[in-house]
Amino acid sequence: MSATLRAEWTKLRTTAATGWLLLGSVALTVALSGVVALAVTYASVGAGQDITRLSLTGVYLGQAVVAILAVATIAGEYSTGMILVTLTAMPRRVSVLAAKAAVVSALVVAAGTVAVLGSILAGRLILVGNGFTTAHGYALLSLSHGPTLRAAFGTVVYLALIGLLSLGIATAVREPAVATGLVLGLLYLFPILAALAPDPHLRRHLEQIGPMTAGLAIQATTNLRGLPIGPWAGLGVLAVWAAAALLAGGLTLARRDA
Amino acid sequence: MSATAAPYRSSLADGPGGFTPVLRAEWTKFRTVRGWVITALASALLIVGFAYLGTFAHHDGGICVGPNPSTGTCRSFSHPTPPLGPGGVAVTDTYYFVHRTLTGDGSITVRVASLSGRIQGGNGNSASVADMAGAPGPAQPWAKAGLILTAGTKPGSPYAAVMLTGAHGVRMQSDYFDDVAGPAASPSSPRWLRLTRSGTTVTASESADGRTWTAVGSAQAAGWPRTVQGGMFVTSPLTAPTEQALLPGANGVATGASATFGAPNLQGGWSPGAWTSQDVGDNRSIPTLSTVGSERSGSGFTIAGSGDIGPSVAAGDTDRNALTGVFVGLIVLIVLGAMFMTAEYRRRLIHTTLTASPQRGQVLIAKALVIGAVAFVAGAVAAAVSIPLGNHILRVNGNFVYPVSAPTDVRVILGTGALVALAAVLALALGAILRRGAGAVTAVIALIVVPYVLAFASALPAGASQWLMRVTPAAAFAVEQTLPQYHQVSYLYTPSEGFYPLAPGVGLAVLAAYALVALVVANRVLRTRDA
Repeated sequence: MSATLRAEWTKLRTTAATGWLLLGSVALTVALSGVVALAVTYASVGAGQDITRLSLTGVYLGQAVVAILAVATIAGEYSTGMILVTLTAMPRRVSVLAAKAAVVSALVVAAGTVAVLGSILAGRLILVGNGFTTAHGYALLSLSHGPTLRAAFGTVVYLALIGLLSLGIATAVREPAVATGLVLGLLYLFPILAALAPDPHLRRHLEQIGPMTAGLAIQATTNLRGLPIGPWAGLGVLAVWAAAALLAGGLTLARRDA
Repeated sequence: MSATAAPYRSSLADGPGGFTPVLRAEWTKFRTVRGWVITALASALLIVGFAYLGTFAHHDGGICVGPNPSTGTCRSFSHPTPPLGPGGVAVTDTYYFVHRTLTGDGSITVRVASLSGRIQGGNGNSASVADMAGAPGPAQPWAKAGLILTAGTKPGSPYAAVMLTGAHGVRMQSDYFDDVAGPAASPSSPRWLRLTRSGTTVTASESADGRTWTAVGSAQAAGWPRTVQGGMFVTSPLTAPTEQALLPGANGVATGASATFGAPNLQGGWSPGAWTSQDVGDNRSIPTLSTVGSERSGSGFTIAGSGDIGPSVAAGDTDRNALTGVFVGLIVLIVLGAMFMTAEYRRRLIHTTLTASPQRGQVLIAKALVIGAVAFVAGAVAAAVSIPLGNHILRVNGNFVYPVSAPTDVRVILGTGALVALAAVLALALGAILRRGAGAVTAVIALIVVPYVLAFASALPAGASQWLMRVTPAAAFAVEQTLPQYHQVSYLYTPSEGFYPLAPGVGLAVLAAYALVALVVANRVLRTRDA
């Protein structure tokens, strides 16, 4: 197993795109979070805003880059024909997928931590200047605040689960463009369909089962009772999606000719 | 010395040159890959299928008709059909009216001494009855107090009115959609207003002192009966919901206005006798305050009203409910557009393609035309089926759907086709630049879909959402807007309510500009880089 892990780590480490994608996901996350923090002022939105969640908005964009990285890890091997070498050298296919999952998770956790800390720092520095001060009932963003720490930690886990979901789907469908379309469709269509769904019950159900709408409940720090799903339960829904995708990917990889 | 042998020449005749064979080659490539044809068909079917999700089991909150005094919540909702004004367009027509009958020509002059407002304590749907009275304060900016001549008191009747407003000065309004600004005037200082019916014209004038009169405007009253109703009216519309108070189903906060009128001066064919007081309109089609009425004050009147007379914007559904599935079809067509290019690299077919047609720019244009045409047909046909289907489902479930003129329907259908076609071409161009399907698909989705998600489902304020809908390719979703914005109606005109900052054609042009720039860059990259 350790040899398989080392092989996957070497492959990912020595591909030029990996570094750029990780850098891109961090940069896009922090940049979007910063721009949103700049755009929101106390004068325009007033009291009762969830500024932790606001500071982590960049994940909406950063997760798409995580999806590319995870999809490329396996579907890229089919594009180049590398998969034949991989499976010849390491015939235990489920171990290969497990090793890929471990390596992708580790990289995404590392990049995600940087991205989340950067976003929180940007929010902490910018939001005070926009009127989100203690005088207006907003505490300074800080990881010593329990719910904020949970949101920050949970967002890193969220990104890792998005990576695993993408890896599972890409293993099952093999075609990079189709896999990316499926992953991003699953992520972004649920919030749009929920917003347009005229029936409030249907809307709530869509938000409860969507991998992104449920998973990002982990970012909420205020008005928890008003959420369609609790923070940890929401992250659990995403974990179920990721597990199902990995299961589907593992089964197809083990049963199908490469 | 032996003679040099003649070089080999194929016995086949030369094929036709130019662009046509390139285009035909690309069309053949698309047509003969079964998976791509099935995907294109699937995108259209998904758009139609999701129209069902966007319209079925519809229950959009509606207007509270049974407030529960003890809990402050609403017990029952209604889905009222707004009255239809002249021309069959949905309107709001709710006001308090103190009137008499006018036969033939005549005029009415009155002094509006003051106009003040009340605002409901809670939000539009969940306030308790006790909150309905509210506290007096400044009038809603579009609160109206003045004179009206109307063909009848049935909601939707043609009318002409001159009024003092909360913050928009003196106006002449007629037949719900026409609005002419008069001089600026404060609701706290007295204002004299006059309406004159002469033949088939109603003219409005106003005065600051009751001696010097200024014309405000005139309206056609052709087709009115000889006998009409005329008198003083007061009404006050919903506030636009603030972003903080934006809850599902809450379209704003009801307000009321009360105005003090001097003794009305009547000339012409007015009926003798007493004034009739009447709460005109269906007070369930717009949330109103329950404290309305009139009483004599000296020789004049104090009148309290709530509601609005004007276009209706928030009482029903529009085509965009039926077009929910466009997002699903869009993502499928983006994947198809990217793959139409990246598959060439993946299968090494690009070598054959560029050997057969060395004019690389022509290959790119041919591919863009083929994928654009396929996506356009899929999107337009799917929209043409979805809109009547979705609206039918909504109506069967007892909801009001805003009627849309045939040209607007055609614009939405063709615009939806153009939207998905341009997105597919953008994906194709990015596929040529990046040569990676995953990257191209992600980039296009990040450009078109993510701004929409951010505008809808994140905590972005309305200003930032509007900005996103101007500068990103998501601006093209403006083609789905069917209701215009009315400056004289307070409403939250945001993308999440179906109102876009750009006109449909301009929004589409933003996406077209992105696609064009990507094609130019792709052409450059394709010509200067080895395949």
